[in-house]
Amino acid sequence: MEIFTQSIAEAIRLVASFDRYVFQVMGLSLKVSGSAVLIGLVIGLPLGMWLGLSRFRGRGILVALVNTGLGLPPVVVGLFVMMMISRKGPLGFLSLLYTPSAMVIAQVILATPYITAITMSAVGSIPREVRLQAVGLGASRFQALMVVVKEARLSIMTAVIAGFGAVISEVGAVMMVGGNISAGGENKTRVLTTAIVQEARMGHFETAMAFGLILLAMAFAAVFLLSRLQEGPRGGWVKS
Amino acid sequence: MANQRKGSGMSAGTERALDGIEPKVMGVLLRAGFTAILAVAILGLVGCGETATTTTPENSTTTTGAQVEKSDIVLASTTSTQDSGLFDVLLPAFEAAYPQYTVKVVAAGTGEALKLGENKDADVLLVHAPASEKEFVANGFGTERLEVMYNDFIIVGSADDPAGIRGMTDAARALKAISVAESLFVSRGDDSGTHKKELGLWKAAGVEPDGAWYESAGQGMGDVLAISSEKQAYTLSDRASYLNLLEGLDLEVLVEGDKALFNQYGVIPVTDATNAAGAADFAAWITSPEGQAVIADYGVEKFGQPLFVPNAG
Repeated sequence: MEIFTQSIAEAIRLVASFDRYVFQVMGLSLKVSGSAVLIGLVIGLPLGMWLGLSRFRGRGILVALVNTGLGLPPVVVGLFVMMMISRKGPLGFLSLLYTPSAMVIAQVILATPYITAITMSAVGSIPREVRLQAVGLGASRFQALMVVVKEARLSIMTAVIAGFGAVISEVGAVMMVGGNISAGGENKTRVLTTAIVQEARMGHFETAMAFGLILLAMAFAAVFLLSRLQEGPRGGWVKS
Repeated sequence: MANQRKGSGMSAGTERALDGIEPKVMGVLLRAGFTAILAVAILGLVGCGETATTTTPENSTTTTGAQVEKSDIVLASTTSTQDSGLFDVLLPAFEAAYPQYTVKVVAAGTGEALKLGENKDADVLLVHAPASEKEFVANGFGTERLEVMYNDFIIVGSADDPAGIRGMTDAARALKAISVAESLFVSRGDDSGTHKKELGLWKAAGVEPDGAWYESAGQGMGDVLAISSEKQAYTLSDRASYLNLLEGLDLEVLVEGDKALFNQYGVIPVTDATNAAGAADFAAWITSPEGQAVIADYGVEKFGQPLFVPNAG
């Protein structure tokens, strides 16, 4: 049990002392996963709405593919992205491997299925009358779609939370395409999860656990904030 | 006709859509949940089974009839040893000699391996950081430390060799040249035996490695070689890992042969280990002529040269 009390103390000490290294690692975690979720939203929201609202041949296969994407192993995604952007890979000329951009790319692939799948089911469950009524009241096709988004906003927020939770906590992909690199006291591609793996490998179990607690606290804070936006009639930007 | 269907069938269509989509997503989530629960349950069962076998080391050496009761030996070693491929021949040979044991290898950095020993989560250690090993035994965590073998480190880098170190026979001078040229160098940075060796060499070179040219990956040897190859950077590697991964790498051996690059391995049975008998048997075997012969042979067939030089006793 001692290790847990020690880890909690270590976590508090690391954060309270405003350790530059720790904050750089936390910052990169937020930046990479936050960007990945935003990009995932840009891709997943229209895709999910399209799949949720239209009926066409082959839709079933696409829906199954998206749902399969919920179970993508991060390490496989990491391997795939790595092979694509490696110097010997087809996109090697971009020199992206072991950069934060590579980490974002891998996490976009992981986050997008969550956002797509939840959006898809959310807009699919909104009665079609809502859309038709909007059109009846003179809304354009786009405006009618916006009405659907508005109706489904709570679920879309859930989608963002689920996607963020999935990527902020994954280690397989970011380790592989990021490389967990720091240089000359400056953090390059080290995020909380890869730092945890490294500290554990070095036998610094307390520090590793402390990083784990920081990760949990950060994820909780982010999700709590998003949930407040989701719920609050007054607490949020999402007004009805 | 089409209009009419659109109009009247709408709500039914929505109903169908609802039925169609929601359960699918729910189904996936539920299935994932069930799989997770099942996996945990199975792992739990397997875990129990393993503890049951490992807690009976006393009986492990007694064979009842044709049935050999197996017990596990947890061997904590380093990623570079694992990456060298030595265990693939060494452990089957040991298990052939001692059929009552199954060796489970945990490949970690030397730091974690020693910690696993300290916490008695491993029975025996095979690591390569002599100073830390001696301290480990002196602190009473290990019963003894026996020398097993050595291999050598090499400095590898791109064919371009921007710091011009190719052919140098003094490793410290080569590192000095890299630091002066500020050529990219990727460090293990993980407190491993290799990392400690590297830090010792920087010290000998009188250089405090710092700056944007000195990257620290905090990962295993294979990963660091891959990163160095990708970035066309220099790194320090053990020869075995390098030769094993050679095919996928775009790196060349630039500096070798310096005495300072030799890498001594030691075996340490952990004090009061779960499987103390197994740990002692393993340490005795790997330092025996039989075990030493397996080590001497390894690599000759595949690489045309032995990767480790046995030097027990």
